[in-house]
Amino acid sequence: MGWPLAVANGMAQQRASAVFSTLLPLGGGHFMAMAVVLVPFAWLNWYVEWSRAIRLGAGVLVLLFGIFKLIARRHPRALARIRPTQLAWWSFLMATAHGAGLMLVPFMLGLCVAAPAPMDAFAAATARGVGHVSVMNYLAQSSVATAVVVAVVHTLAMMLAGLTMAWAVYRYLGLRFLRRAWLNLDGVWGWSLVIAGAAGIGMAW
Amino acid sequence: MLETLRPDPTFHPSARLAMEAEAEHIAYTVLLSPDQSRPDALVTVDVDPTSKTYGTVLHRLDMPHRGDEFHHFGWNACSSALSPLSGHPFLQRRYLIIPGIRSSRIYIVDTQPNPREPRLIKTIEPEEVFRKTGYSRPHTVHCGPEGIYISTLGGAGKDGTEGPPGVFILDCETFEIRGRWEIERGPQKLHYDFWWNLPRDYMVSSEWGLPPQFENGLVAQDLLAGKYGHSVHFWDLRDRKHVQAIDLGANHQMALEVRPAHDPVREYGFLGVVVDTTNLEGSIWTWYRENGQFHIRKTATIPPEPADAAQLPALLKGFGAVPPLISDIDLSLDDRFLYVACWGTGELRQYDVTDPMKPALAGSVRIGGIVQQAGHPNGKPFGGGPQMTEVSRDGKRVYFTNSLYSSWDAQFYPDGVPGAQVMCNVGANGGIELDPAFHIDFGPDYAAHQIRLQGGDCSTDSFCYPSA
Repeated sequence: MGWPLAVANGMAQQRASAVFSTLLPLGGGHFMAMAVVLVPFAWLNWYVEWSRAIRLGAGVLVLLFGIFKLIARRHPRALARIRPTQLAWWSFLMATAHGAGLMLVPFMLGLCVAAPAPMDAFAAATARGVGHVSVMNYLAQSSVATAVVVAVVHTLAMMLAGLTMAWAVYRYLGLRFLRRAWLNLDGVWGWSLVIAGAAGIGMAW
Repeated sequence: MLETLRPDPTFHPSARLAMEAEAEHIAYTVLLSPDQSRPDALVTVDVDPTSKTYGTVLHRLDMPHRGDEFHHFGWNACSSALSPLSGHPFLQRRYLIIPGIRSSRIYIVDTQPNPREPRLIKTIEPEEVFRKTGYSRPHTVHCGPEGIYISTLGGAGKDGTEGPPGVFILDCETFEIRGRWEIERGPQKLHYDFWWNLPRDYMVSSEWGLPPQFENGLVAQDLLAGKYGHSVHFWDLRDRKHVQAIDLGANHQMALEVRPAHDPVREYGFLGVVVDTTNLEGSIWTWYRENGQFHIRKTATIPPEPADAAQLPALLKGFGAVPPLISDIDLSLDDRFLYVACWGTGELRQYDVTDPMKPALAGSVRIGGIVQQAGHPNGKPFGGGPQMTEVSRDGKRVYFTNSLYSSWDAQFYPDGVPGAQVMCNVGANGGIELDPAFHIDFGPDYAAHQIRLQGGDCSTDSFCYPSA
């Protein structure tokens, strides 16, 4: 996302470095959009006994957001109020509005549960004479770490794809390509959320 | 409204790409009934030279009400939808938004499925405009980041003088009025035209006068007292607030049309001033931004032409001269030629504005005029003078009409201004001449005002990418 912005920036300043200078704000904004959704869910996940309910709830939430996106196709007008210079803020709001962070929640919660193997950790901790609180702290940290890793990986993939696209259009393909390449992906986004939500529910069931 | 899978092919990322697009086939022109005896109308004109019906009216859509007085109008969506910030350019350039400047009523006309026979699909009644915006007398229509922006000439109250006029937003998909655009208007009290530089995020607006100053004709005392608009305003587009006003001096009455350079990298634009009350000359001004501050400079003047008082209408008899009365200006998409309509003297001028600070006269045609009354090359008479001007996307043709505003037409042209639309051909390196084969006569019952070209033109579309 955001590659047309990178192209516009490069063309307006007539230098290639302006294309690259959008990378950090766009990536930063995208990362924040992932993190603000994933991290709270990761914190929730240390309530191990509620893990299944949380995963089911998250799956339903993602599914509902997908259905909402499929029905309410209009673009939020608030996104049009952002100044051309506020790239990170734009990227953050755009990713949030598309549910990019939310979409990863079922996947990320699956990783969180699999990673620490709660009963073994609990047994080991008890054996060392450490209390319940530290076990829970350990679980929370590992979940948050997983959330951050997921957000980072996703953001890096986004940055690489966006930069490749922006550079190709700026350097080789030209603005004409923009008209052809710009596809309406709102329906695809909506369906992706529905599928991710349904898969999350299925995995947790 | 149906969303598209790809951007509308009439949306262009840059002005240069718009220039390379297919030539226009159809022009839409608004007609008004000066005596309000019949409804105003939207006509479709064939402008495709290969067509059998070239240069004729294909269809006339009569509105359901009378007395609207059509003035300016615009598209629901344009190239501005390709803004990299919008991330959602899947609108269609399909609906014409036509305000009645006298009634404050707004019509939404659908140009699909048959672009030759558009249909009225929605009417926004004046009460709704008043209630939701506190403004009246809707005027300029532009499609932009938050939807459709419509400037108004009147505030609230019966004569539109309770509170300042401004800009309001109309949703470009549902056509619901969203409310006022301004959050902080600063010293702005009058309104006329507005336009912007989208990537640089600023808007420019101009001033005419309040409704009592134009609805019943030009008020000579107000003109001589410097009470018409003579300032230009600069706005922060996203923050919706006033940032700077520049007063041109009270002698520069009626700062009307605002034409920014189409290439967003160029931070300048033009402004036409109708008349200087000290010497009756019209003037072109160039504004520019330097270190965040806006500046404006008078860059061209057009002198009045001496005339026998017997040939002049009552309003001008005392002056012994006919003023050019610059009523419209239009800039070609390559930012090279500025067209200046001198409605009083009956001249359309073409300036080479390659150096925007030094416009150089490159061409001129004479048609109509208060004193000269020059006929069309086809031999037919031409009432009024060159007025609302529309340049084709490729810059090779310039269309114009002849009416300014019903009550002003009667003051300056007491013999009447029968509606007409004509066209000039542009030479490869400048120079213009009237096309003898293109002359549309709308007859004595209608006055003709603004023209829009199918697929966009030089006074509707805003581009978000440089032409480089």
